[in-house]
Amino acid sequence: MRNVFLIVALFSLTACATPRSALGPGEAFDPYEAQNRKMHAFNKAVDSALLRPKGPVKVGETKRVLTESVGNFADNMDLPSTIVNDLLQVNLKSFVMNTYRFSVNTVLGFGGLFDVASEFGIPKENTDFGETLYVWGIPEGAYVELPIVGPSTQRAAAGRVVDLFTNPLSYVLPKPEKYVGTAASVVSKVSDRRQHAGTVDSILYDSADSYAAARSIYLQNRRYDLGDQSAQGGQDPYSDPYEDPYAE
Amino acid sequence: MPNNVTRRSLMATSLAFAGLMGLATPALALSDAEARALVDKVVKDINSVISSGKSVSGMIKDFEKIFVRYGDVNIIARSALGVDSRRATSKQMADFTVAFRGYISRKYGKRFNEFVGGNVTVTDVRRLKSYVEVRGSIKLRGQAPFDVSWLVSDKSGKDLFFDMIMEGISLRLTEATEIGAMLDRRKGDINALISDLRKAG
Repeated sequence: MRNVFLIVALFSLTACATPRSALGPGEAFDPYEAQNRKMHAFNKAVDSALLRPKGPVKVGETKRVLTESVGNFADNMDLPSTIVNDLLQVNLKSFVMNTYRFSVNTVLGFGGLFDVASEFGIPKENTDFGETLYVWGIPEGAYVELPIVGPSTQRAAAGRVVDLFTNPLSYVLPKPEKYVGTAASVVSKVSDRRQHAGTVDSILYDSADSYAAARSIYLQNRRYDLGDQSAQGGQDPYSDPYEDPYAE
Repeated sequence: MPNNVTRRSLMATSLAFAGLMGLATPALALSDAEARALVDKVVKDINSVISSGKSVSGMIKDFEKIFVRYGDVNIIARSALGVDSRRATSKQMADFTVAFRGYISRKYGKRFNEFVGGNVTVTDVRRLKSYVEVRGSIKLRGQAPFDVSWLVSDKSGKDLFFDMIMEGISLRLTEATEIGAMLDRRKGDINALISDLRKAG
């Protein structure tokens, strides 16, 4: 089963397309827009049926601490995968910091329930195989919207598939235990949806075109996280509106 | 005598020329400290609105005042309308700018309560192209800090910000996408967009 996944991932990598012709100003590279829009409608239906909080979100102190701990735990269980990717990117500084983070939070933070490292001034510095691919010079590819997960690019999507295998913990932990991290991560994602209800709702339900809004916001944020200035299409926040007032 | 006149007029011309040059060169351009001071004022004013305990509609009104006072609303609005601002008449442009200002204030002003207890720290200031970027981070209760930056320019004649970028997401560009979608929905009718915008946000 794992081999099949890897073959699919490697195959999809070779398919990280680049635009054949020049894109208009601010235009995203989105050749699969029709399929993507269908997926977007599906994701939105899932969100309004299952995830979107009904009514205003009020979180008590106990619940806040609890969800924070679940989130910390999920992050900590995922750190070994980040550390592997730091190595693959030859980012030694992040490798050292994240290894330190993992040790401190596992030992002093009771198995990762508390983010002690951040208190010590070692903040969370995530990475994934999608970023590793960027570092290796693979182009961003087309914009894609994935089921449940939402906005992505071909490169980030391929990275997600590979990341199913980059966490060393999944090879050393016995069977029921190794799913605890995944479960915590799902719980944490759901509570993130609640915490950021205002932002997510404004994108999904208050935008004139929620698909275009999500695409624009995702691409801007992802490129910022990677420091990717090579990506083609989309908008450049540093374009000078005084030089060309129509630039997007 | 004629020599003197020539000399005098030469001096006058060169003085006038120097004067012109003074206006044209960025000798008067905005300094890092001025850009930072502008951002400090914006942050201070926004914080006092948040802590004022006013009703949402009161906060929205105050936010609109801050936006007009410290932001280059004209360039942000023009940028949001994008290429379509080329075909807009000057009256449409003026109406659009006022409607856009109200829309932005309602859209973001009503979410100010999410920033209660937030803390902004300016980390550095850097010069880019013709403007200055003031970078900082926002810390909200129970959340990891996130990056924010303001782009400040004096091209309008005053020191004003023309964009705010949070974790790489530009307000100006995000609104350009949104306004574009609203205009598409009206099949490119700018007047219809303006009346939609008066109610939106």
